[in-house]
Amino acid sequence: MLETIWFALWGVLWAVYFMLDGFDLGAGALLPFLAKNEDEKRYVYHSMGPFWDGNEVWLITAGGVTFAAFPTAYAVMFSSLYSALMLILFCLIIRGVALEYRSKVEGHGWREGWDMLLFISSALPALLFGVAFANIFQGIPIDAEGIYRGTLFTLLNPYGLLGGLLFLCLFLYHGALWLGIKTGGELEQRARRFAKILWVPLLILAVAFLAATWFATNLYQNYLTYPVLWILPALAVAGLLATRLFLQQGAAWKSWFASSAVVVGATLFGVAGLYPNLLPSSIDPAASLTVTNASSSPLTLKIMLVVALIMVPVVIAYQVWVYYIFRHEVSPEDLAYEEGY
Amino acid sequence: MEVLILSRLQFAAATFFHFLFVPLTLGLSILVAIMETKWVRSGDEEYKRMAKFWGKLFIINFALGVVTGITLEFQFGTNWARYSAYVGDIFGSLLAIEATLAFFLESTFIAVWIFGWDRISPKLHCVAIWLVAGAGTMSAYWIIAANAWMQHPVGYVMRNGRAELADFFEVITQRFAVIEFVHTVSGAYILAGFFVMGISAYHLLKKRNVSFFTKSFRIALVFALVFSLFEVVQGHFNGGEVATAQPSKLAAMESHWKTEKMAPMYLLQIPRLSGEGNLIQWIPIPGALSILAYGDPNAVVKGLSDFKPEDRPPVFLTFVAFRVMVGLGMLFVLLTIWGFLIRKKLVDNPKYLRIMLLAIPLPYIANEAGWMVAEVGRQPWLVWGLMRTSAGVSPVDPTQVAVSLIAFVLFYSLLGVVAFWLMARFAKKGPAPLPAQG
Repeated sequence: MLETIWFALWGVLWAVYFMLDGFDLGAGALLPFLAKNEDEKRYVYHSMGPFWDGNEVWLITAGGVTFAAFPTAYAVMFSSLYSALMLILFCLIIRGVALEYRSKVEGHGWREGWDMLLFISSALPALLFGVAFANIFQGIPIDAEGIYRGTLFTLLNPYGLLGGLLFLCLFLYHGALWLGIKTGGELEQRARRFAKILWVPLLILAVAFLAATWFATNLYQNYLTYPVLWILPALAVAGLLATRLFLQQGAAWKSWFASSAVVVGATLFGVAGLYPNLLPSSIDPAASLTVTNASSSPLTLKIMLVVALIMVPVVIAYQVWVYYIFRHEVSPEDLAYEEGY
Repeated sequence: MEVLILSRLQFAAATFFHFLFVPLTLGLSILVAIMETKWVRSGDEEYKRMAKFWGKLFIINFALGVVTGITLEFQFGTNWARYSAYVGDIFGSLLAIEATLAFFLESTFIAVWIFGWDRISPKLHCVAIWLVAGAGTMSAYWIIAANAWMQHPVGYVMRNGRAELADFFEVITQRFAVIEFVHTVSGAYILAGFFVMGISAYHLLKKRNVSFFTKSFRIALVFALVFSLFEVVQGHFNGGEVATAQPSKLAAMESHWKTEKMAPMYLLQIPRLSGEGNLIQWIPIPGALSILAYGDPNAVVKGLSDFKPEDRPPVFLTFVAFRVMVGLGMLFVLLTIWGFLIRKKLVDNPKYLRIMLLAIPLPYIANEAGWMVAEVGRQPWLVWGLMRTSAGVSPVDPTQVAVSLIAFVLFYSLLGVVAFWLMARFAKKGPAPLPAQG
């Protein structure tokens, strides 16, 4: 029971991380395409300014919880996905530094350089998270010793790549909507137009992914056994339709919330299908890591649950407050602000 | 074997680099919070300019501390998978709790502080920096409790082929953790104090913004003086703790080979690079080591010769790092006392100011040396007495690790240069000209 609760929390943490960091990864990846001049670029940076750091802590927490609640899964998953994870880590380092350092020096070359790095270090993790999770859904070649029997290229299979493209497209869309909310003028219009265009490939990728999941994974097994779970993919699909509708009506926030529902619904769709596996083995079903054979002791799970039940609501409360005080559209006033980006 | 060496080098590089930024984050956040509090209380705009000027340096430093910390958490899984599976029940939960309890707070409120000067009231803004400072120190506690558990495992049972939690309270309140935390954090505060004093000295030498930098210098001076004095006394207890919990580390710190009562220390001692015994040991002070370690000249101090060769830590490195740390610690006491005596006429003492400017790197060296004693001295154990470092490594392809190690070194060197260049640039530029407008 405790393991199952932690499995659910584990899924939720990743879902929240993707929902939050998804928009700033997306916005960063859109920088070279949407921002046409220095001011517009700074608007893009400012749109993430007060939020990206707090968003990234959800990743630390998701990683930490994997370590604490399912140490064996953490160990095998992270060492198996070694190169992919290292790439993600390098990107996250570059991203944080680009966001903080770009504005600190005036030079043209300095800023152009960081812009390029921000683009790469935003787009690549979006893609790689998708590849990694699709591979987890599908199972990777691990043996009974927890040793990975594939290479980096094993992960770049069609289903993995499809997952990568879906995540990238989803985050770009999510980020475009965010820029539509946080910026004004031509940049806002451009972001919205881009979101409208992007919605079509997003829909196609989503449908393709749902279909490919049927053939490439066992995720639907749980849905056949527990039909109530259909609510999760339904949330994603409903969100996908609603976000386009709201976008048409010019309801920016509603459209963004609907797109958040897509991110959360899509992540939880995979996670719920995965249960009770955390990391299925594609070569030996007995070597799969599950909530039972990979979890921590009941005492650890209990203590962590108490901490999580008290602290996560507190974290959500103060983060919502931060989003509230910085909810305004980024203005020329913000660009003049000396501490800003 | 190859993966082991590569992974050790990579982890050493990653932690070393991470800890170039952490101490300043810990200490400078408190100094900035003190400055801002003075502004809120007195309304004196100069303190606001101080909080902003030092705050900018803080932010440049903070960014690198955060991003290099993220990679560390993930490297337990990527490079030390066997270790992670073995201790995750205890070690992992401490890291997870650190993120939820402290790191969220720190990362969220640093943004409020950076972007909130005009959006929230000065009081609330001041609360934000205190939350950042408090969360940073709290964060340090959890991380160090995790490290202390590797140094001195308690509150666990061996079950299901791994270490499982038996007594959470014991894990987070054990004496070793408290002492290690106090020692580390004090070292960090000293570093931040010297950082502020050194940069202030630079401007005072040029007689620029004299009032601004005199005030900055004095705040930092008091801070650094208190913690330098404290660190010397506290370090002594730390040594006693190591003597009891990790006798082979103590023996390596002192390159002490022969088990004996009245164990001496030498005024001049140089250990062999490899092999047993010392190259030089001149002018013994009988009983000094026994007293330092156990507070009793007749106490027996076990020598390295009585540990099996495979159970001994690398002696030379541990010995040298320990001496560097202690020597610098003493120097910090002298420099801060000297400063305190001339605190009213700092500008008239260019010699002292020049020394303080040159002293900026010294606490960095002392902090890193301290970690070297702690971590190199812990070898060959990954978890003291439970798991050897060689048993904890991931079963991964060495090529991957080699590539990531090279990438880490190149990439971190580059980032380090950029970060310190940027800090130096802003430090030299000095505060925004009056009047300071938000």
